Amino acid sequence: MASEAQGEEAGLSFHPMDQFLVKPLFGEGDVHWYTPTNVTLWLFIVAVAIAALLVAGTRGRAIVPNRVQSVAELAYGMTYKMVEDVTGKDGLKYFPYIMTLFMFILFSNMLGLLPKAFTVTSHIAVTGVLALAVFISVTVIGFAKNGAQFLGLFWVSSAPLVLRPILAVIEVISYFVRPVSHSIRLAGNMMAGHAVMKVFAGFAAIAVISPISILAVTAIYGLEVLVATIQAYVFTILTCVYLKDALHPQH
Amino acid sequence: MISLLQEAATTAAEHTEEAAEAAAHGSESASGLPQLDFSTFPNQIFWLIVTLAVLYWVLSRIALPRIAAVLSDRQGAITGDLMAAEEFKQKAKEAEAAYDKALADARAEAQKIVEANRAEIQKELDAAVAHADAEIGARAAESEKRIREIRDSAANDAREVARDVTAELVSSFGGSVDQSAIDSAVETRLKGALQ
Amino acid sequence: MEGNIAELGQYIGAGLAAIGSGTAAVGVGNVAGNFLSGALRNPSAAAGQTATLFIGIAFAEALGIFAFLVALLLMFAV
Repeated sequence: MASEAQGEEAGLSFHPMDQFLVKPLFGEGDVHWYTPTNVTLWLFIVAVAIAALLVAGTRGRAIVPNRVQSVAELAYGMTYKMVEDVTGKDGLKYFPYIMTLFMFILFSNMLGLLPKAFTVTSHIAVTGVLALAVFISVTVIGFAKNGAQFLGLFWVSSAPLVLRPILAVIEVISYFVRPVSHSIRLAGNMMAGHAVMKVFAGFAAIAVISPISILAVTAIYGLEVLVATIQAYVFTILTCVYLKDALHPQH
Repeated sequence: MISLLQEAATTAAEHTEEAAEAAAHGSESASGLPQLDFSTFPNQIFWLIVTLAVLYWVLSRIALPRIAAVLSDRQGAITGDLMAAEEFKQKAKEAEAAYDKALADARAEAQKIVEANRAEIQKELDAAVAHADAEIGARAAESEKRIREIRDSAANDAREVARDVTAELVSSFGGSVDQSAIDSAVETRLKGALQ
Repeated sequence: MEGNIAELGQYIGAGLAAIGSGTAAVGVGNVAGNFLSGALRNPSAAAGQTATLFIGIAFAEALGIFAFLVALLLMFAV
C-alpha cells in the first residue's frame, strides 16, 4: 500500500505514513539489527543535541549563567522538582534515569518536528522499549524494596471486603496495561500529529485550498510543539507516579 | 473538479492494483504501517539501547553532577552574599550609632560651651550693672547733697531776709529792735515753712 | 471483487473508530474544564495540582489514541 511511485502525476496524493519508514542510510537492502538507518542517524542527532545542551552548554560552570546554561539548569530543576514532588526524597536516587528519559523523549519529539526529520518516538518499537524498561525496573524495584508487601498495591484495603477481589483483578489488569498505554500514548500522539500535518500539507497541491492548507499546517505545527512537550512531560511524570507506587505501595 | 475525481478514481484503481501486487509478493513491507513492520524492530531497539546507554552515562557522569555543582555553588554564593550583606548592614548600623553618639556628644559640648559663655557674660553683665548702679547711686547722692546745700543756703537766705524785714518792720512801727526776740520769732515761723 | 468488500469494511470500521478520537476530545475538555472551575474557586491550591491535571489529560487522551490506533490498524495493517 505504501507505494512511492503512486500518484506522481495525480494532483492529490497522500503519503502520510511514508515519513515513518525505516530505511538504511547507505544504499538499499534489508534492515539488519546492526544496519545504520535513519533511526540511527536521528538517535545520534538527539544524543548530540542533548549533550550539546547539558554538557557543552554548562561548560562554563558560571555562577551567573548564559542562555544555554540557564536552559539546561531549567530542564534540570524542573525534572528534579518533579521527581522530588511525586516520588519523594527516596525517589531522587533514580533521578538520572528519569532525566535521561525526559531529555531523550523531549528532544526526539522536538527534533522530529523539523522538516524532513524522522521522529524516533513515533515508533512503537522505541516507545515500547522505553515503557517496558520503566515497567520492568519499577516492578523489580517494588519487589526489592517491599518484598511481598508490594502486592498490597493490588489489594485496595479501603474498599469493602466483597469488592476487594474484583478490584484486585482490575488493579492487576490496569497494572499490566500500563506499559501498553504508556508506550502507545507517546507513539500514537507523535504519529497522529505528523500524519495529520502531512495530510494537510497534501491538500496544498490544490491551488484553491492551498492558503487554508498552509494556515492549517501552521496551526497544527504549533499544536504539535505543545503536544511534543506535554507528551515528554506526561511520560516522565507517569514514570514518576509508577515509581512512587513501587516505593510506597500503600495507597 | 470532474477531472480531479477521475484522477482520484484512476489513482485509486492503481492504488488497489499496487496493493494487490504488494500483497502478492509481500516480502519487505508485510504491513502498510511502518510502525508495525517487525523486520525493523531489532534494528531500532538495538540502536535505541545504545543511545540510551550512552546518554545515561553522559548525563549521570558528566552533565548532572556538573549542573548540581553549579546550582549548589550558586546557592552557596547567594547565601554567602546574603550573610555578607547582613554583616555590612550590621556594620552600617554600628557606624550609624557611633555617628549618633558623636553628634550627641558634640551637641552636649556645644551646650556646655554656650552655657559657660552665657554664665561669663552674665557675670560681666552683672558686674557692669552693679558698677553702673554704684555710679548712679554716687551721682544721686552727690546731687542730693548739692540740692540739700542749695536748699539750706536758700533757707538761710530766706531767714536773713525775714529777719531783716522783721527788724525793719518793727523799727518803722516805732518799736525798739530786740535782735534776739526777732531771731526766735523768725525761727519759729520759718520752721513750719521751710520743712 | 470480493476483496473490495473487505476493504469497504475496513474503511467503515476505521471511520467508526475515529469517532473515538472525538470522544477523547470530550474527555480531555471535561478534565481541563473541571480543573479550571476548581482552580478558580481555590487558586492557591491549583498550582500543586497541575501534575494531576496532566496525568488526567494523559489518561483521557490515551483512550482516544487507542481509537486512533484501531483506525490506523484497520486502514493499513489488516
